[in-house]
Amino acid sequence: MKRTHVYEATHLAAGYENQMIIEDVSLTIPSHQISIIIGANGCGKSTLLKTMARLIKPLAGQITLNGTPIQKIPPKPFAKILGLLPQSPIVPEGITVVDLIGRGRFPHHTFWKGWTTEDDEAVAEAMEIMGVTEFAHRSIDELSGGQRQRVWIAMALAQQTDILFLDEPTTYLDITYQIEILDRLTDLNKKYGTTIVMVLHDINLSARYADHLFALHKGKLVAEGAPSEVITSSLIQQIFDLQCIVVEDPIAKSPAIVPIGKYHQVDSAR
Amino acid sequence: MNKTMNFIVDLRMRHRKQFLSMTFILSLIVCMLSVAMLMIGNTIYPVSDVVRVLMGEDIKGATFAIETIRLPRLFAGLFAGFAFGAGGYVFQTMLRNPLANPNVIGITAGSSAAAVFCIIVWQASNTVVSIASIVGGLATVLLIFGLAKGASFSIGRLILIGIGIQAMLSAVISYLMLIGNTHDIPTAMRWISGSLNGAKMSNLSPLLFTVILFVPIMMYFGKGLKILELGEQAALSLGVHTNRTRLVLIVSAVMMIAVATATTGPIAFVAFLSGPIANRFVGTSYSNIIPSGLVGAILVLGADLIGQYAFAVRYPVGVITGIVGAPYLIYLLIRINRKGKL
Repeated sequence: MKRTHVYEATHLAAGYENQMIIEDVSLTIPSHQISIIIGANGCGKSTLLKTMARLIKPLAGQITLNGTPIQKIPPKPFAKILGLLPQSPIVPEGITVVDLIGRGRFPHHTFWKGWTTEDDEAVAEAMEIMGVTEFAHRSIDELSGGQRQRVWIAMALAQQTDILFLDEPTTYLDITYQIEILDRLTDLNKKYGTTIVMVLHDINLSARYADHLFALHKGKLVAEGAPSEVITSSLIQQIFDLQCIVVEDPIAKSPAIVPIGKYHQVDSAR
Repeated sequence: MNKTMNFIVDLRMRHRKQFLSMTFILSLIVCMLSVAMLMIGNTIYPVSDVVRVLMGEDIKGATFAIETIRLPRLFAGLFAGFAFGAGGYVFQTMLRNPLANPNVIGITAGSSAAAVFCIIVWQASNTVVSIASIVGGLATVLLIFGLAKGASFSIGRLILIGIGIQAMLSAVISYLMLIGNTHDIPTAMRWISGSLNGAKMSNLSPLLFTVILFVPIMMYFGKGLKILELGEQAALSLGVHTNRTRLVLIVSAVMMIAVATATTGPIAFVAFLSGPIANRFVGTSYSNIIPSGLVGAILVLGADLIGQYAFAVRYPVGVITGIVGAPYLIYLLIRINRKGKL
């Protein structure tokens, strides 16, 4: 079972070259749960995730892990607690699946301690969870988008962190693969208690898979909580500027939104 | 789970075996070429004579030829080749592009231009010329990285700026050669086309020292280099000190290449060819600093032997490596053009 951590941001501001993208965000990441950050394009979802993962320096405010400011934790110990799957990682030419996943073990190595059975076990376990064992020997270039994404997640899993961040893990994938990846991440959360935080575009899938939602609007946290509390037509109106009605997902019993458009009004639907 | 374990352990062992056996074979080739370098010359001495001379025995003719001419030549080729190969590999891997290379982006040209300038304009001493060439190499790197930085760092832009700088420096060299005194030209020529001629044991110590100092440093940071390959964000989240790793690796690679250039002149394309050849042979699972260095040494020693003895006229080693390297550069450019991405 993964360890419990108190991971908090207080009055966080972040952005690039004096352009504020995140403003005054304070939040606590619920341990052992799946949290999903939702919001419109350009609202700062990715920036928030990257700042929380220490990829971007905050302009103001503080992020603490069990009370310690994260910039005071050395990179390797930090990488044993928190892993991040970037939005578009780079594939070195000709690299094989097993080789790539093995690189997730980097934070567990020192100059003196080389590869051990523990590393093999971590790689094997990550492969099984993501179901990529059968193409372990293949080169990444030969895989489909969905398979590739599973391999990248497996690399992050081999890192064996307590907290896992994923920046749009399902973007550009067919719906089948989106569901498959979200299911496997849920397996991971249920089986090991891994804390998962991710950015997703699809509101209905977010509501279905998340234990906790963070709704961002123009760099500010406007709502957070269980999907049933957060997803309301007024919130969707506010953050996406979209009129909709909220219904119950007949399968997951989570809230689901049905958009209203110029040619599809509530009245004309009857 | 057990099946998966066996499968991946098996795969990993296969990668490891390929790496170790191929590295061993490359070392063997280096040894064979080294022996050949000592045997072949105006007079060909048998292996037994070479061994006896190296053991300290005095053989008339052989001792002089081997100890004062062939051994320095071998050491210069061996260490310069290793430095070019390993340094080139580090650049190519870190910047994830075979074109991002000391030859192509003008670091070696920077070294040459500084050296030629000192010879022609200042008639400077050997030591000053060597130091100038090292400073020239480092300054060129700083200039290229500085110009490429801009709003957001892009490797494509770095390569294009490097090619531009390389062209400018070549023009500077040509100009200096035109205005130079006739008696300075032969000295300056050595800085334009790499050659092992005139290598002396007394001049080799900076190169030996640099290689022995920086190769272990590079290897220490080699694991981080393999993670940097996955991109800045992935490397950061895997716990790599990305800035520190990059800085140390760039300084090490540039120092090795600049000092090697100061010793033998820029031996064309060795830094460019070694990494990809090593990757092809040993695989890409490990950081290939040593294999690339070995390939570099093989290219230089092999090309020198060919240049010296395969034709009626003797060619310096850089001419031969240039003939081999240019087609590969063209091949790479065509392939990149097809992929549509620099």
